[in-house]
Amino acid sequence: MRPFAYERATSAEDALGRHQDGAVYLGGGTNLVDLMRLGVEEPSRLVDVARLPYDQIELRPDGSLVIGAAVTNSALAADRTVREGHSVLAQAVLAGASGQIRNLATVGGNLLQRTRCSYFQDTSKPCNKRTPGSGCPAREGEHHNLAILGHSDACVATHPSDMAVALAALDASVRVRGRDGDRTVHIEDLHRLPGDEPRRDTTLEPGDLITAVEVPALGVPSRYRKVRERASFAFALVSVAAVLDVGGGRVRDVRLALGGVAHKPWRARRAEEALRGAEATEESFLRAAEAELEAAEPLRDNAYKVPMARNLIVRTLIELGEES
Amino acid sequence: MTDRLEGREKVTGAARYAFEYPVEGVAYAAAVQASVGKGRIESVGADAALRLPGVLAVLSCENAPELSDTSDGELALFQSRTVSYRGQFVAAVVAETLETAREAARLLRVEYTEEAPDVRLRADHPGLYKPDKVNPVFPADTEQGEPEKAFAASAVRVDAVYTTPAEHNNPMEPHATIAQWNEDGTLTLHDSNQGASTVQSTIAKVFGLEPSQVRVVSPHVGGGFGSKGTPRPNVVLAAMAARAAGRPVKFAVPRQQMFATTGYRTPTIQRIRLGAGQDGRLTAILHEVVEQTSTVKEFAEQTATPTRMLYQAPHRLTSHRVAPLDVPTPSWMRAPGETPGMYALETAMDELAVATGIDPVELRVRNDTDREPESGLPFSSRNLVACLREGAERFGWAGRDPRPGVREEGRRLVGMGVAASTYPAYQRPNRATARAEPDGTFTVRIAAADIGTGARTALALLAAETLKEDLADIRMEIGDSSFPRASVAGGSAGTAGWGTAVVRACEALRGKLNGAVPPEGVEASADTGEELKARAEYARHAFGAQFAEVEVDADTGEVRVRRMLGVFAAGRIINPVTARSQFIGGMTMGVGMALMEQSVMDPEFGDYLNRDLAQYHVPACADIRDVDAAWVEESDPHLNPMGAKGIGEIGIVGAAAAVGNAVHHATGIRVRDLPITPARLLREL
Repeated sequence: MRPFAYERATSAEDALGRHQDGAVYLGGGTNLVDLMRLGVEEPSRLVDVARLPYDQIELRPDGSLVIGAAVTNSALAADRTVREGHSVLAQAVLAGASGQIRNLATVGGNLLQRTRCSYFQDTSKPCNKRTPGSGCPAREGEHHNLAILGHSDACVATHPSDMAVALAALDASVRVRGRDGDRTVHIEDLHRLPGDEPRRDTTLEPGDLITAVEVPALGVPSRYRKVRERASFAFALVSVAAVLDVGGGRVRDVRLALGGVAHKPWRARRAEEALRGAEATEESFLRAAEAELEAAEPLRDNAYKVPMARNLIVRTLIELGEES
Repeated sequence: MTDRLEGREKVTGAARYAFEYPVEGVAYAAAVQASVGKGRIESVGADAALRLPGVLAVLSCENAPELSDTSDGELALFQSRTVSYRGQFVAAVVAETLETAREAARLLRVEYTEEAPDVRLRADHPGLYKPDKVNPVFPADTEQGEPEKAFAASAVRVDAVYTTPAEHNNPMEPHATIAQWNEDGTLTLHDSNQGASTVQSTIAKVFGLEPSQVRVVSPHVGGGFGSKGTPRPNVVLAAMAARAAGRPVKFAVPRQQMFATTGYRTPTIQRIRLGAGQDGRLTAILHEVVEQTSTVKEFAEQTATPTRMLYQAPHRLTSHRVAPLDVPTPSWMRAPGETPGMYALETAMDELAVATGIDPVELRVRNDTDREPESGLPFSSRNLVACLREGAERFGWAGRDPRPGVREEGRRLVGMGVAASTYPAYQRPNRATARAEPDGTFTVRIAAADIGTGARTALALLAAETLKEDLADIRMEIGDSSFPRASVAGGSAGTAGWGTAVVRACEALRGKLNGAVPPEGVEASADTGEELKARAEYARHAFGAQFAEVEVDADTGEVRVRRMLGVFAAGRIINPVTARSQFIGGMTMGVGMALMEQSVMDPEFGDYLNRDLAQYHVPACADIRDVDAAWVEESDPHLNPMGAKGIGEIGIVGAAAAVGNAVHHATGIRVRDLPITPARLLREL
């Protein structure tokens, strides 16, 4: 591991001030430190932001939440207001990683974790995400767990976070403190598709510090389901976060996001559009899922994700429909 | 029922593992792995690394000392410029700290001439050849009767190809060594291994020493599953580095580096043909295996050997063909051979049960035999049928609707499967000493290894029983090559082999004890070599029956094992507590094999891609809901003084087939390529 400096930020301003010349913010370190050991990340300085005073979950009178960026995944999943009012979020966090990792991982860091593509993690191999222009061996190589939607010739990696998928379905926003002051970024605008610049996972600028996540109130049932080869401690083959509001047998509102299928949490806008106002039946759920997945461009070994995502959307909506 | 004697030390962290010994003036080594799949090292640029403060030495083909014995290509470290596989150790750095060593290793510039590696095992690989022997000394091929003809003439035929992927052992404790050259030229190794005596003799040869000049200390070992059964390059690297630096050196192989350097289970392609009458009685068994080895040395696994002895059939054929590829050398992994071989055979038997409409338990009972089919030898004991019957009873097999894919619970498809298991009851020569101390206690010494199996406890129990003394008065000393020479903890031969030596030494001590023990104590020793040679000829094997119930999500193809039961016939069970752990540990590993474990070879680069436990999936706690093991009473006078068979490996053999057969029963889908992943099932659900 390359030698680096470690500094603990005392405030957001202090963190911003220290973020220069190859510095990186450190949350729980559950992904960053691994990547440093592998030589994928080589920061000259770690600015520890995990102890900044962003470790509270605030329930506002309108039922919305403000979740501090330093809240640990364990604390988030255990929070009563989250479990009761936004169960999809608690379920997603609990579906991720292991208990030990969740104890350390932070909300801010979770959003910024990097892909688990094997080629990205191995510095002895080319990867456009690590070394722009070096190529993408995953496209012809091992990609059974990589993207079917929104990928490019340059990169077929997936975003690994479960939490971010739930936040996408919740229409969350991310509070960012940058050099030019505070701003709010809608979750959908935070992560990028790879295009021809896969090195950049997000739209954040250097030095930008995530301070909180805002989650609007939710008065209807929600659910997270994740498919994986073993029952815990595995990244999603496909996951779905769903929010469904049914009245009089019809879909009043629906929000759907998919994980494990793209370079970012994939908001299933086409499916949502097909569903709004439609009858809440298996047939319309299926039509909506298929409408979304028409855009899928599976690779040689990951075509199974298309029926898997379709079935998962349909089944999750049926179950949610029965609840509402 | 005796708890592990060292349990408290282990849970409190007091038990020391190889890397944890405090050594004054110790330095640290880091290894550099080849970044090409095949080729030649043109140069090693060490300047930048050597400039780093704290770097003590750089080792590579450009400066490494010549080794005395290079017959094991994996241990001939830095002896040539040839790169035989990607990930092979090509250089090492020694430094004051581990961090510096790793950073310096990163700064080494190794230049290669690169060739395209040939890494893909295929049934039609042009390099396939018939090995002289398969592990350890079985003939590669056997044939009796007219198998092809008999198969063609059979009323019912199963003809299928099964594949199993490469798998990696992944013990919790990585391969680790502290090497220290002493002033008198002797070498002390604190090392994580499955046999201190084996490491001692092998490393002595590699460095041109007498075995007495090498001492290997390994009282606690955090698992091995076969990967530590023979010394690995890490031991040679540590010893070489210590000599180069003139200081003791610690080297633990990082998890990612283990995937190329510490062994793995070969992938297999197995064609099985079963010919039978309508009554399910086998007339022909043909089992043809294709597997891989490296170009560095040959490891030919004995995949089809259980097929030679498990079921009767007048016409039989087994064969092994090996392709030498540009890959790391495969090696032992928990029941090497038997595990993939029995997966294929017992899946084929399930297919035969479906084809004949005979209950899978009944089918196996019908094909039982009282003599080992190919050798004609009588079994010392064989209770396969008892295991099948007992297991069926306990598992609630009766009334199982044989139709596949008809049991739905909501969106879950449910099914039950069975498979037989078998593993040889090996025993190897061993030595031990037993001492009576003047204070009324006893010390028993043998260079055996406890890799987490409970061997220390079992041996102490045998000593106490033989001496007719309290367990608390027995001091069991193992894991040190300065103790009497012991065979490796492998082939499920540990307790049987070491135990015999311990029992004989304790018997001899009792014969010597006569009144008060003098201040220097009374000692007796045993060597079981002659005793083993004098044993009557029998076919000695353990048997078992594995039962699994699974649920398969009809929407996603996710498979979860609801419950599993193994019933085993493995002679006398010396310590039920640790034996049960061994059985269910093996079964858990079988679940991993069935559903998730696979090392993914990248055909372009030629190495295994999933190199940590986040990407190489082994079962997590949540996957193991209800796994139980039981055993039938078995009294076998033809084994050893204890009547014990080994139990380390019988628990995994057959477990994957039982799960796979249950998946077929649940879904009607026959997956013949492990692991049975959601992707594979979704193609057909």
